[in-house]
Amino acid sequence: MNFFNHFGRYILMIRGMLTKPENWRMYWKELMHQCSDIGIGSLGIVMVVALFIGAVSTLQTAYQLVSNLIPKSTIAQIVRDTVILEFAPTITCIVLAGVVGSKIASELGNMRVSEQIDALEIMGINTKAYLIMPKILASFIMIPLLVIIAGVLGIWGGRLAGVMSGILAPEEFDGGLLSGFLPFNVAFALYKAYTFAFIISSIPAYFGYFVQGGALEIGKASTTAVVTSCIMILFADYILAALLL
Amino acid sequence: MIEIKDLKKSFGDKVVINGVSAVMETGKANLIIGASGSGKTVLMKCLVGLFEPDSGEILYSGRNFTEMENEGRKELRQQIGMLFQGSALFDSQTVEQNVMFPLNMFTRLTYPEKVKKVNEVLERVNLKDANKKYPAEISGGMKKRVGIARAIVLNPKYLFCDEPNSGLDPQTSLVIDKLIYEVTKEYNMTTVINTHDMNSVMEIGDHIIYMHQGEKEWEGNNKQIIYSKSKKLNDFIFASEFLQDVKEMRMLEAEGKAPNGKNGNK
Repeated sequence: MNFFNHFGRYILMIRGMLTKPENWRMYWKELMHQCSDIGIGSLGIVMVVALFIGAVSTLQTAYQLVSNLIPKSTIAQIVRDTVILEFAPTITCIVLAGVVGSKIASELGNMRVSEQIDALEIMGINTKAYLIMPKILASFIMIPLLVIIAGVLGIWGGRLAGVMSGILAPEEFDGGLLSGFLPFNVAFALYKAYTFAFIISSIPAYFGYFVQGGALEIGKASTTAVVTSCIMILFADYILAALLL
Repeated sequence: MIEIKDLKKSFGDKVVINGVSAVMETGKANLIIGASGSGKTVLMKCLVGLFEPDSGEILYSGRNFTEMENEGRKELRQQIGMLFQGSALFDSQTVEQNVMFPLNMFTRLTYPEKVKKVNEVLERVNLKDANKKYPAEISGGMKKRVGIARAIVLNPKYLFCDEPNSGLDPQTSLVIDKLIYEVTKEYNMTTVINTHDMNSVMEIGDHIIYMHQGEKEWEGNNKQIIYSKSKKLNDFIFASEFLQDVKEMRMLEAEGKAPNGKNGNK
């Protein structure tokens, strides 16, 4: 019953934000502000995570490929596909659920508790549209870009680790990278990125927007938002893989 | 003018507002007073549309707010200003940006025109040299003044103040009361103030509604409240021995008798 209650309110929140903006310029400004917050604000952690995940996947793949019959360039193929299909979109978005999700939930929660949302409502502003819509749109713009950056850096990190540890030569890695490449894998990663972007922005926005109480409740809402977003990302990951691969 | 007709609001089984009717007059400070849990905050939230009443009507200059669609409400809300208990200033914006926000959202003024208007209202609330400060950098009294400035920057017809004196010292409270009263007269607004500050009641109570357990128990002004015979109101207003003595003294003065109570003149 509780689930349906939350789900119903979530759908109503999404529907409620689909109205004509009171002032396009102000909404645009807010969208740009959110793009900067979500995109630039998360770039550092995404780069670090992507580089290390790529590097570790090269080392671990090499460790498991013990047969001399398998060419070393296979390592690059495996790293490429793993990074593009799973690590870049899913791991990046799980990290972003923590970074961006908790920020969205706590920001909106604080605005709710300190009556800033009420103040906007009384001014005649649709707060769902003004506060939530720019966050979701900014996520749609910035998260796929971050996933692409994570993919490129992940593969580069893998190449770097492979070369530096002497597992395979740069030419071998580049050869493997180009062989049997399926452009659909990139499209699939982007489908995931868009789906996860919606989850990462809308679920924390829901928990933050409807928070009731004080500082303790804001903390709880933030934690619940991150946990729920992570579970939904993993669930959506499985559904997309089952449907599209 | 705001007319409230037989307003009712419940949360589950708990009746919070039970058939309240009143008229909030233009150009006057209309005070809603009552103990905590008496329903005054819920009444104010119903008036501004943050809560939907179960039944009854709210009329803003004859326009039925309760039956309005979203678009009509949005339009009307641009004529409403509200000062919140905690001021509700936007943390990430400076004082100037906070006051400018409604102008940015609802007007097509140029930036220099907006700055001029912001400076005018900030000067009106006696707040100078704070334009570039953030809410975290100013005092509680200053925050209230910024809240008032933001509420009146669009020249609203209706001003709502929820506990404007909470958390302020008595002297600053008087300044804020005076300010609200002055802007009410100056802008000829219908001002509704939710308070349990007795200084406010006595100083600016042009029209007072006393709420008790969700019902309107008494209605009058700051002159009449002294002579009220309502036991519930007297218990609430003159709760302390000191205030009871003040009431007794005032009543004796009105009857032309010299006060001879504990605090009376010799």
